[in-house]
Order: sequence, then structure tokens, then C-alpha cells
Amino acid sequence: MSKVQDYPSSLADTASRKFETFSYLPPMDDAAIRKQVEYIVSRGWNPAIEHTEPENAFAHYWYMWKLPMFGETDVDTILAEAESCHVAHPGNHVRLIGYDNHAQSQGAAMVIYRGPISA
Amino acid sequence: MSKTYNAGVKDYRETYWMPDYTPKDTDILACFKITPQPGVPREEAAAAVAAESSTGTWTTVWTDLLTDLDHYKGRAYAIEDVPGDDERFYAFIAYPIDLFEEGSVVNVFTSLVGNVFGFKAVRALRLEDVRFPIAYVMTCNGPPHGIQVERDIMNKYGRPLLGCTIKPKLGLSAKNYGRAVYECLRGGLDFTKDDENVNSQPFMRWRQRFDFVVEATLKAEQETGERKGHYLNVTAPTPQEMFKRAEYAKELGAPIIMHDYITGGWCANTGLAQWCRDNGMLLHIHRAMHAVIDRHPHHGIHFRVLTKLLRLSGGDHLHTGTVVGKLEGDRAATLGWIDLLRESFIAEDRSRGIFFDQDWGSMPGVFAVASGGIHVWHMPALVSIFGDNAVLQFGGGTLGHPWGNAAGACANRVALEACVEARNQGRELESEGKQILTVAAKNSPELSIAMDTWKEIKFEFDTVDKLDVAHR
Repeated sequence: MSKVQDYPSSLADTASRKFETFSYLPPMDDAAIRKQVEYIVSRGWNPAIEHTEPENAFAHYWYMWKLPMFGETDVDTILAEAESCHVAHPGNHVRLIGYDNHAQSQGAAMVIYRGPISA
Repeated sequence: MSKTYNAGVKDYRETYWMPDYTPKDTDILACFKITPQPGVPREEAAAAVAAESSTGTWTTVWTDLLTDLDHYKGRAYAIEDVPGDDERFYAFIAYPIDLFEEGSVVNVFTSLVGNVFGFKAVRALRLEDVRFPIAYVMTCNGPPHGIQVERDIMNKYGRPLLGCTIKPKLGLSAKNYGRAVYECLRGGLDFTKDDENVNSQPFMRWRQRFDFVVEATLKAEQETGERKGHYLNVTAPTPQEMFKRAEYAKELGAPIIMHDYITGGWCANTGLAQWCRDNGMLLHIHRAMHAVIDRHPHHGIHFRVLTKLLRLSGGDHLHTGTVVGKLEGDRAATLGWIDLLRESFIAEDRSRGIFFDQDWGSMPGVFAVASGGIHVWHMPALVSIFGDNAVLQFGGGTLGHPWGNAAGACANRVALEACVEARNQGRELESEGKQILTVAAKNSPELSIAMDTWKEIKFEFDTVDKLDVAHR
């Protein structure tokens, strides 16, 4: 049994809190984030940015950063909006969304800036 | 023009073989694979099937003349060779929509696969496909919520969902069972599942199972900050008991329940699906007994028909086979019925066993569930085959992890997310899968040990029920 590793997760340890897709992978670097933005654009989805205090991440509704960028296909513009949301709210999770209006759903949703989690 | 009554027996083809008939948009169409008795002409066998599955009986009766049988009868309108099989043929039959009660798969299938399957004039009979006209689809309740609503409720986007069936499937106490659920969910799974065999046996009555499992689910949600669920199996001996269990699941705040739609029955399933729509409860559907009906290539009902039946009767998830795991399932045929579950319009495509265009209109789609003998090494292929609108369920592949369920769940979640990220980057999962998982495992000791544990396990047996293709 000595080789068995404990699974480190608890209510007390805020590092146990996850935030859905890609939250079990290490944070993405700039190049990796760019690729996900390119994917959203290539699918014809509408990019959008949301953010929240990490302790409120369970809620369905996060704060919308401006409006979804309908029809925006310029990857740099989308990345710049995400960056400016992060600069304005450095303590918050910032989520990148690709709205798929045909499926009436989100084709993609991922936290690309992770705030420090305190609860 | 009136007809006269002549008692006696006449050939079915005089009445039911109509090669010049053009099917109406409102007709229910069926394709049967017929193995006729020796010496019976194809047209006669096809007409006999049309008759026995609609208005006909073995002899003429005077009461036939009190109605307009030419309006109500099923019509055999085409015959085709089965590729690679000289003994059998396909018969296409059109049924007028007036033959069937609205919103009742029970009624439709009582005709289509009723007495006719025991009919002596055919040696064997298989219902290969059914085209439900949009006019009939619109009379059915369909999935209680569908894929899009479930994603919103559970807050899961841009990836397949992850599940696990709790094992051993029989014998655990309710509290120990809840422990297994909790460990899976805190490790990163979205759902856990009651085994289909688990109903309310003496070792674990349903009420205690529901209590402990819901506590496990809620704690895992608090711990991970993610939405979780466990498919509480409400399949029961009677409809009254089934609804009692469903009500209690709702009272506890559970987001999802489950039902076995073939052993439980389609009447119970349709009623439960309507209850789920009314009560905001997601509905997972298991398919115990399906292989009895769908596995033999010459007799029974093809699974693509059972898939359509479930979408009409109602369910938010349906098991479809994995292609790569321990259970039967030809790849092209599986892709065909996955589309029939999830898409709005599916075109005829014989290369995937689809005999008719099928238009579902606005009826919601159903998540495909891949379950049975799959583990982390299958993840790249599963993501590639199933895409996002699926629940990938790793039973042994979670619970069998050397460090326990939580580590097993985490390994699967890391593998899944690594595959989805790579897919979004445009990488080929099935050829680059090993490299993708190997890189991901560098940051996940749980995945690393899982990859070591299962690297040798494969299930490479030939499929019994193959698509019909010419092989000569």
C-alpha cells in the first residue's frame, strides 16, 4: 500500500476548486490560448469574454465583459479584449466563450486567466 | 365502387404488393430484411409481411367490406437485393399514418413487429429501419430536455461529459456505494451511474441509496466547484413504484434519474419521460435486453430502430456502444445511429445502414453514451468518434485505478481535456493519441499510472452484426 498516492482534494483546500473545461490541465500559455481562439473563429462561433470572483465561480451567470464579439474573426482583437478584461479584474477568473448560435449553446467555454482562489 | 364478398384465402400480393405506389410524406415507412420460406416468391413474402403488420389476416372476412381497406392497408412497394446475400431480400413497406395512435411508440411497434415476426410464411424477419414522418414525430413528447438544455443545466461546454458506472454492480451497501460515488465525482467526473441491475434489492434498498448518493453528489460539488450528478435508477416492478422513486429523487434535489427502456417497457418509459419534462429532471436511458432483439443479423429489430424509438419515447441519454470497447458495435453503423440520436436531419446513407431520410424537426437531440470496457488509452479514439455530444463512461477504467476512484476519475478527466485541447488545435487524435496522452501525463501522476495499468488491454473481436455489403 505504500505506493498508493493520496488524492489531495478537500473543502478546506481552495486549490481543489475547478472551473469546468480544461481546469484539470495546467494553465494555458499565450500560444495555447491563441490556438483555442483560432478554433472558435474557425467554427464560425461568436467569441465572448466573462469574468467572476473565483469564490462565485459556481454560479451560472458570470459578469459579461462588454458584449459578445458578434462576427469578430480577428484573433488579435479577441485576445486583446481578454487581456483588457484580465487587466481590469486581475483577481478574477476570465472565461473565453464561443457562442454557437445554431446549437443555441456554447460550443466552447474555458477559463484562460485563473484568479487566486480564496474560498 | 362497391365490392362483393368472396370467402376464402387469396394471395397476399393481390392486395398488398403495389410496386407502382409512391409513398406519401405522411406514411410511416419500414425496411424489413426477409428470409422467405423456400418456394415463396419475394413479392408474396413482402406482401404477406405488409398484410400481417397492418390490416390483414389469413383469410378474407366479411367485415373487411365495412371499411375502406385500400386506405388503411400497408403497402409493399419495393424489393431490393441484400448485398452479399442471395437468400434474403429487403422489402419496403409504407403504412398510412392513420393506422397509428398519436404519440405512441407502443402502438406503432405492436403493429410493425407484432404477430408478423412469428409468421410461418417467413423463416426469419428483421426490421432494418423505419422512417417516421415529421407529422408523426410532432405527436411524440420526445426527449425531456435534450442536449442543449442539459449542457446549460449542468454547465458543461465544449467537451464530452465523463461518467462511471459504480461497481461491483451488485452487493454493496448504500453507504459504501455512496462512498464510491463521492470518490469518482470529487476526482473530476461529471456523472456516476447506477448499474442497470441495481433497482431495490435487499442488500441496498432504493431509498437509502438515493439518500447517500445525493449527499455524496452535493459534497463533491462543494469540493470541486463543479456541477455533478448521479443517475438514480428508478426502474421498478410497477409504474406506480417507478414514479414514487422519481418523486423522491426530485425531493432530494437530484438533477438526473435513469430508466431501462426495454426491460421497463416503452409505456413506462414514455410516461416517465413526460414526468421528467414536467419536473425538470434529466433522464438517462439504459438499454438492457437490446442485444436479444438487435444482434442477430437475420431476425429481430436493428438497433438504429430502437434508437429512433427511444428518441420518440423520450430520454436525454442513450447507450450506443463504444466501437472500441468490450461490447459489440460496427463503426460505420454506430456512427449512423449516433447521428439518428443527435442530429435534426439525417439523410439516407446505405454505407452507414441508414435506409431513409429522417427529419426530426425541432425534436431535441439525445446524448450518446459510450460505456463498456473503455479506459484512458481509448480516449483519443472516443473523442474522435463521438465528438462533444456524448457521455464517455469508464467503469473499470475509473474504479480499477491502482490509487482508487478519485485518482482514476482525475486520470480520465486529464486525458479527456488533453484530447479536446489537441483536437481544437487541429491535431489528429487517432494517430497522435499516444503522444498527446504521454505529454499530459507529465503533469498528472494519476494519468501516468493509469496508462501503465491498462496499456495491454484490448478488445479485438470481430463484430457479429455487420452492415450488409457485397463481399464477392
